[in-house]
Amino acid sequence: MAKTDIGPPYYGDMLPPIIKENYGKWKYHEILKPGVLVHVSESGAELYTVRVGSPRLISIYFIRDICEIADKYCDGYLRFTSRNNIEFLLSNKDNIEPLIAEVKAKGLPVGGTGNSITNMVHTQGWVHCHTPATDASGIVKAVMDELFEYFETMKLPAKMRISLACCLNMCGAVHCSDIAILGIHRKAPVINHENLKNFCEIPTVIASCPTAAIRPNPKLKSVEIKEERCMYCGNCYTMCPSIQIIDPENDAISIWVGGKVSNARSTPMFSRLAIPYLPNNPPRWPEVVDAVKKLVELWAANAKQGERMGEWIERIGWEKFFQLAELPFTDKHIDDFTYAVTTFRSTTQFKW
Amino acid sequence: MAESKTPLLDQLETGPWPSFVTEIKRMAPTKPTAQDLLGQLEVSYEEKKGHWKHGGIVGVMGYGGGVIGRYTDLPEQFPNVAEFHTVRLNQPSGWFYTTEALRTVCDIWEKYGSGLTNLHGSTGDIVLLGTKTEYLQTLFDEYSDKGFDLGGSGSDLRTPSCCCGMARCEFACIDAMDICHNLTNEYQDELHRPMWPYKFKIKIAGCPNDCVASIARSDFSIQGTWRDELRIDQEAVREYVNNGFDIQELVIDRCPTGCLEWDGNELKLDAPECVRCMHCINKMPKALRPGLDKGATILIGGKATILQSAFLGWVIVPFMKMEAPYQEVKDLLEKIWEWWDEEGKVRERVGETICRLGMRHFLRAVDLEPIPQMVYRPRANPYFFWWPEEVK
Ligand code: HEM
Ligand code: HEM
Ligand code: SF4
Ligand code: SF4
Ligand code: SF4
Ligand code: SF4
Repeated sequence: MAKTDIGPPYYGDMLPPIIKENYGKWKYHEILKPGVLVHVSESGAELYTVRVGSPRLISIYFIRDICEIADKYCDGYLRFTSRNNIEFLLSNKDNIEPLIAEVKAKGLPVGGTGNSITNMVHTQGWVHCHTPATDASGIVKAVMDELFEYFETMKLPAKMRISLACCLNMCGAVHCSDIAILGIHRKAPVINHENLKNFCEIPTVIASCPTAAIRPNPKLKSVEIKEERCMYCGNCYTMCPSIQIIDPENDAISIWVGGKVSNARSTPMFSRLAIPYLPNNPPRWPEVVDAVKKLVELWAANAKQGERMGEWIERIGWEKFFQLAELPFTDKHIDDFTYAVTTFRSTTQFKW
Repeated sequence: MAESKTPLLDQLETGPWPSFVTEIKRMAPTKPTAQDLLGQLEVSYEEKKGHWKHGGIVGVMGYGGGVIGRYTDLPEQFPNVAEFHTVRLNQPSGWFYTTEALRTVCDIWEKYGSGLTNLHGSTGDIVLLGTKTEYLQTLFDEYSDKGFDLGGSGSDLRTPSCCCGMARCEFACIDAMDICHNLTNEYQDELHRPMWPYKFKIKIAGCPNDCVASIARSDFSIQGTWRDELRIDQEAVREYVNNGFDIQELVIDRCPTGCLEWDGNELKLDAPECVRCMHCINKMPKALRPGLDKGATILIGGKATILQSAFLGWVIVPFMKMEAPYQEVKDLLEKIWEWWDEEGKVRERVGETICRLGMRHFLRAVDLEPIPQMVYRPRANPYFFWWPEEVK
């Protein structure tokens, strides 16, 4: 019998000697060039980091490849970042360039530091989930191909974090990103009454709906959905597979802007709806890629140095943002859920 | 040459960003599961819909979580992914690895799984994509022998995660990696045996930059901070300025509380006004550092939209010292869980329970005194409540 509850491997066993020796003693860091950092310790020791993009969904062969590189140049140590980048940790400066050359020869980009667009946080999509309104990895690939130069350079006004979730469950917690791409359903789910009877617990299904759109249908020993109340969250589907929400005709993509999590300068902010609907067009989602690129470039052209997307929009005002972005403002942009009224304007101060 | 069976996915192999399709294809020759995954994904791309069914309950002995059941709804067409379960492995703090450890992960996964992984999932785990029910126990046994344990899934504590903290960041005010490791080990039972109304996430960031997005992505966010004055090395400040750094435009004007002043020679700080936002430190890491009286701010309730709305965490403890064995934070966590377990409805995150019942009930249950740091501004509505003992 294997032991249970042993907990994660001890991090101390995973750290290169230079980190063990200087743990908690780092004094400052510099970005030497895009993708390359140096951390300098009180002791004078220097740790170099090369940050490399990854597609997140990777094979064991890919992992073995990067292990080989880490063995060759980093004494067998490496790490991953919170956004699925690989970080090679080097104590020898001379290894930086050969490592970069080898990484690039494998087709992997170096960058994602400072004022860049780093790797996209994203979810599973059609690859591995049951509720997606769209794919995840495919859109990310298409968007990162288009915005590639911003990964490899640091020419933007500030950091730009783009994230994607393929349904409203938001496994990637995209609701606080500079730009969020979110898969949406647009019609109430369809009920398979025959199956529901056998597979789902009716009180649980009814309780699962945040807008109380679901009520019992005693005749069919099933439930029915008051369509005008449904906001297509898919929660009932998560609780009961006989309520099908996936709908290839109507599932789509929405775009949200201006969120951030860091406390730097301004306080953390939610992303807000910019584009309620873009079509799902695999394999390369041209409408989504185009919209995201335009938003990035609009911000880059107008923001002050150091200003995150949300900070820029808050400064100029959302009414100006919609004008500049040439995006129609519709009833979809006015909230009607739990805390809607906190977003209504209660002043005569506004811009034209 | 044979015609490609995945013309749509093939298009995602073009372009400069590394391709996940290439990764799946690398496994396809030796892994029929990867081959069928590719085939099914191509169908999804043609039909614009997913083909995975709801997960059934699968798992390993002694655990309630850690594995997510996955079955195709096209089993005739793609028999090799008839079962294609996800396994979550608990990652080491800060996602640091030796190549030996990573190779161990690969070798075992090569034997029993599709060979495909996510490094990492958005909660933090090593996510192994696709294995059959019959392999789960053996696979777990081998991982356990090699020092890897399962992460969480279901209505339990999810795998805690943290930034690289003191290992590689001079800004870290707390030992994020040690806190993460310590709490994960302390709460193995809560992690592996679903027992609550819903999931509960803990994330730890070494400083207010919050590189792991703990405020948005965890119910319980621990963010390092300091209580005294940030430290200024005037000589180093002058060096920045002499090198052409526009201190006025980039630092002084952007300080959110306007508490910095530059007289051409010295950087002056009106310390009581500083809200420790990190901006000036981020801009001049060689000259400015957090203060010396370090600890953490603790926030509760962060989550994505489902169900009641998205929340950012709310401050409940403005400052807590963080020293091993972290008893104070553990006491607080346990009080929170006890209250939420008692009061929470099924599939209600702790933030939603707080919204439904009122912050005052929560604070009283977990023995925290109300203080102004908890709110932006006090209430405007006059419908406030009294406790029975406060009136006759
Ligand atoms: C100069 C000051 C900063 C330093 C030294 C720093 C350090 C780091 C480090 C070490 C990581 C890797 C974290 C991990 O995965 O464990 C990281 C990632 C990240 N940081 Fe920061 N951070 C700084 C400022 C900020 C700020 C101001 C923000 C947000 C506005 C931010 C947002 C992020 C994000 C989103 C990531 C994930 C990046 C990726 O994986 O490519 N950081 N940062
Ligand atoms: C069975 C369908 C689902 C699948 C396949 C799925 C998949 C995933 C995966 C792979 C992760 C990363 C896990 C990790 O790192 O350990 C994740 C995280 C997450 N999931 Fe799901 N998930 C599902 C259902 C849900 C539901 C129903 C919700 C919410 C109601 C949800 C919300 C989240 C959130 C908020 C995160 C973490 C986000 C973060 O840490 O930033 N997921 N999910
Ligand atoms: S966001 Fe939705 S569709 Fe995407 S992985 Fe999470 S639950 Fe699945
Ligand atoms: S999709 Fe959401 S809102 Fe619509 S019926 Fe289901 S649970 Fe209710
Ligand atoms: S959260 Fe702070 S301590 Fe942690 S990596 Fe980011 S900047 Fe460093
Ligand atoms: S940490 Fe923020 S608030 Fe404090 S002095 Fe620096 S910029 Fe100003």
